[in-house]
Amino acid sequence: MSTAPLRLVSTDERGVQLPTESALPSVESECQLKALLKGLSGVDAVGAEARAAKLATRSLKKSTKLAAIDLAISMVDLTTLEGADTPGRVTSLCTKAMRPDPSDASVPSAAAVCVYPDLVAHARSVLGNSSVAVASVATAFPSGRASLNVKLLDVKEAVSAGADEIDMVIDRGAFLSGRVGQVLDEVMAVKEVCGDAHLKVILETGELVTYDNVRRASWIAMLGGADFIKTSTGKVSVNATLPTALVMLEAVRDFGESTGRLVGVKVAGGIRNTKDALRYLVVVNETAGSAWLTPNKFRFGASSLLNDLLMQRLKQHRGVYVRPDEFSGD
Amino acid sequence: MSGDLTRSTLGSMSYDPAPESAGVARLKSEYGLFIDGAFSDPSSHQPFLTLNPATEEPLSSVSLASSADVERAVVSARHAYDKIWSKTTGAERSKYLFRIARLIQERAREFAVVETLDNGKPIRESRDVDVPLAAAHFFYYAGWADKLDHAGFGPNPKPLGVAGQIIPWNFPLLMAAWKLAPALAAGNTCVLKPAETTPLSALLLAEILQQAELPPGVVNIVTGDGSTGSALVDHPGVDKIAFTGSTEVGRLIQQRVAPSRKHLTLELGGKGANIVFEDAPIDEMIEGIIDGIFFNQGHVCCAGSRLLVQESVADEVLRRLIRRVDQLRVGDPMDKNTDVGAINSAAQLARIKELTAYGEQEGATRYTSSCALPDKGYWFAPTVFADVAQSHRVAREEIFGPVLSVLTFRTPEEAVAKANNSNYGLACGVWSEKGSRTLWVAERLRAGVIWANTYNKFDPTSPFGGVRESGFGREGGRHGLEAYLNV
Repeated sequence: MSTAPLRLVSTDERGVQLPTESALPSVESECQLKALLKGLSGVDAVGAEARAAKLATRSLKKSTKLAAIDLAISMVDLTTLEGADTPGRVTSLCTKAMRPDPSDASVPSAAAVCVYPDLVAHARSVLGNSSVAVASVATAFPSGRASLNVKLLDVKEAVSAGADEIDMVIDRGAFLSGRVGQVLDEVMAVKEVCGDAHLKVILETGELVTYDNVRRASWIAMLGGADFIKTSTGKVSVNATLPTALVMLEAVRDFGESTGRLVGVKVAGGIRNTKDALRYLVVVNETAGSAWLTPNKFRFGASSLLNDLLMQRLKQHRGVYVRPDEFSGD
Repeated sequence: MSGDLTRSTLGSMSYDPAPESAGVARLKSEYGLFIDGAFSDPSSHQPFLTLNPATEEPLSSVSLASSADVERAVVSARHAYDKIWSKTTGAERSKYLFRIARLIQERAREFAVVETLDNGKPIRESRDVDVPLAAAHFFYYAGWADKLDHAGFGPNPKPLGVAGQIIPWNFPLLMAAWKLAPALAAGNTCVLKPAETTPLSALLLAEILQQAELPPGVVNIVTGDGSTGSALVDHPGVDKIAFTGSTEVGRLIQQRVAPSRKHLTLELGGKGANIVFEDAPIDEMIEGIIDGIFFNQGHVCCAGSRLLVQESVADEVLRRLIRRVDQLRVGDPMDKNTDVGAINSAAQLARIKELTAYGEQEGATRYTSSCALPDKGYWFAPTVFADVAQSHRVAREEIFGPVLSVLTFRTPEEAVAKANNSNYGLACGVWSEKGSRTLWVAERLRAGVIWANTYNKFDPTSPFGGVRESGFGREGGRHGLEAYLNV
């Protein structure tokens, strides 16, 4: 079968054409930003949901399933964000993140432990030099309802206490009322005080409601310098969903194509079992591509998910399920 | 660590095989004809083999019904009509249809496997589309059976009598459901002739009809080739012919039926235009183009085989489309992760190859997916032709395969003119975020079905059918009853 060379595409394995030099769109005014956002293609909600549902029917078996489970474990941001958190609980989480299954050294470490800023120093001391990062929510998490100064101070303190990653929230009030410039400014300001720390920008998609908004907020966050865009705080009724993740993965793919910068995606809230996690990995694989199948580019913000991944991993190896008590509760 | 993981099979997009079990099908080594409520041997023993198009291996031996067998089936249907079905109340008919629908659901997995083995379509599609939709059609028309007075055709509309129904190989079970459900709901009895290459799901449906205790003769299923269909069309005892298939055969049938009192509906070929405006929701639109032409290997009469894309976004759409085409997983139809399965027959494969060769000769730019194809079976890699002109054969003739022709336009007027410049008129798609433009375009398209921001979506409540060389008559919805009522 003859295949004429196509004039349009010279693709890498993902089919993504990377520009030779960064071509970050210049945004010098809110007006320009609004024009850029308006120029983004709309999202047809029915179509996006149908696409996600179709991808959810993929069936991962055998070595693919095992590899996917290990990959998912390595992508977990083991999270505790409760008013009642204690140093003891954080110690337990850190230990678990470094060695999820104490009886099996071949289980990869989780990506990070995610805590409130006041527990960053403690987490840092437990994790030491391990590969597990300390992530901290900041910027008046989860509502983001504080002045920019307070937010920046929140970030600075978390970073100086040893946080490797900062999970900030955008100002949804500003976004929804059309003050998109303010949202961008805040992301840029936070990015600046993050220094070397990686910045994850939480869009709180459950409050943005429409997929069009999710796409626009994704672009604002990426233009502001986000290393990751993240779905949710886990503190509202609608958290990560497969179609939302699909729209965000399309955004990072398109942003990567036009700027050469690959931004990661973190899904958080409500992902409790292996089946769900693997569905997300399929959507990553078939939307953004394999370059995103690494903890540097995709994360799960979760707590109970890890135990289910461990249980399914053992099931794959042993052929039978073990008791849930086989794994530590925290 | 992460390096190793990204080199896993997941990273390379090659998921481990996830095959559905072929044993679920419980196929018999040979099948008789389903006449008068029971399987019986044909009058002369002329079995033919039905193949698995993905392996070219025989699945089962099926009877070829002669004109004597068709006679027997029509007599049985006439007897059942006169003595039983015409005297059965709508509520009673409805009860049988509900039973059939539920039984299809109960044996859904078995149907899906049989359909995929016999047809070559991916198990994901037979499982998620064909079988659930077939059940949905029976459910839908079950609801109409006792409400015909209220269907808008006047009080107490009468059935036609005996319906001869000839169905194609692309959606064997679903087309059987589209034909049988409204006919039975309206009070007709049926003689159904499945396609030569895909008779098995109809024969499984016959088992379901027995299970549902449908009175003998109400539905008869005669397998065979063109000669069987021809005998059915010519039989004087048939009151109605419903045919889905090629325009060529449809034309012959219309000629043959013309001098008779038979009612006729035809659902024929198409060359659907999928019209993409620059403001279309791009990601969903790309998926819609993919679904429009690669769903069921493009063996879809309403396939969106012509992509009309606005010139201002043509390059971007083509680039994204081709990236997506390369991602399609082509191969073993029984694998749950397969997107595009096998071409149904050697003859169809030859036709696709012939027409695509013209595409290259006439100067279109060909892009073919780099996917690996299995050694055995009938396969055709997903193909896109860019730079296609209206005069090219690949823009005019129905290819009925996974081949898309891409043309461009500048204004809505030009899009409509190009879309309508076809002998066919079955289906079109319009992609735009601007509702007023979608409606403006839809009003001017000459096609029976127009989808807005989607494609190849079917629902029993929605009428389906064509204009011009795509046929006449509607299936589905309230309109679908009209084809089987004397109104």
